Amino acid sequence: MEESGAIKKFMYLNRKAPYGTIYALESLEVVLIGAAFDQEVSLAFVDDGVYQLKKDQKTTVNSGIGMKDFSKTYRALEDYDIDKLYVEKRSMEARGLREEDFIVPVQIIDSAQLSALMAQQDVILSF
Amino acid sequence: MLHIVNKSPFDRNSLQSCLRLAQPNDAILMYEDGIYAAFKGTVIENDIQTTLSKCKMYVLKPDFEARGMNEGNVIPGIQSVSYSEFVDLTVQYSPVQAWL
Repeated sequence: MEESGAIKKFMYLNRKAPYGTIYALESLEVVLIGAAFDQEVSLAFVDDGVYQLKKDQKTTVNSGIGMKDFSKTYRALEDYDIDKLYVEKRSMEARGLREEDFIVPVQIIDSAQLSALMAQQDVILSF
Repeated sequence: MLHIVNKSPFDRNSLQSCLRLAQPNDAILMYEDGIYAAFKGTVIENDIQTTLSKCKMYVLKPDFEARGMNEGNVIPGIQSVSYSEFVDLTVQYSPVQAWL
């Protein structure tokens, strides 16, 4: 914590699909670690990042890919007072996804709203 | 010839290059993040439809199940395959081109 105790706005900007690369899991780990510090945190899901929140991920079935399904961890975020989850509408629609496809409640926002949110941040962590 | 594609069509141009260069009667298998191309409602669905009229297309089931994608939303005409059927395809077709 800074001596001033100032609360900063942190945004985690997620742009990668889960499993194919390590970015999605690493982002989530950093979010959870960062939750120990009292900051104002939001998560944005853009481009293939929207796939991170897809419901029904099954990685450990008999013939599965042998990786941990970490999607259920997004449900735990509200226990860390992280409840600002944003999905960019354009990214969602380009991939044929709808709001009900996501594992947690999210706010669907348009690109102008997302750029405005980004501009308000003190720090943007990009994954 | 068997083309295998493991990158998301929205993140890389691997699939577009594959679709451009695949010849009639070639087979195309989508796996890992490549599976996202196989589902209805995306901005690239038309490109897939066009390719289906000349090539066989396959999608690896364990990879789309891991990513939460539903078999019922696979574009009709694309066949979902298991790991062992993937192996069969590599035996059946030669050469194999991996669009990394």
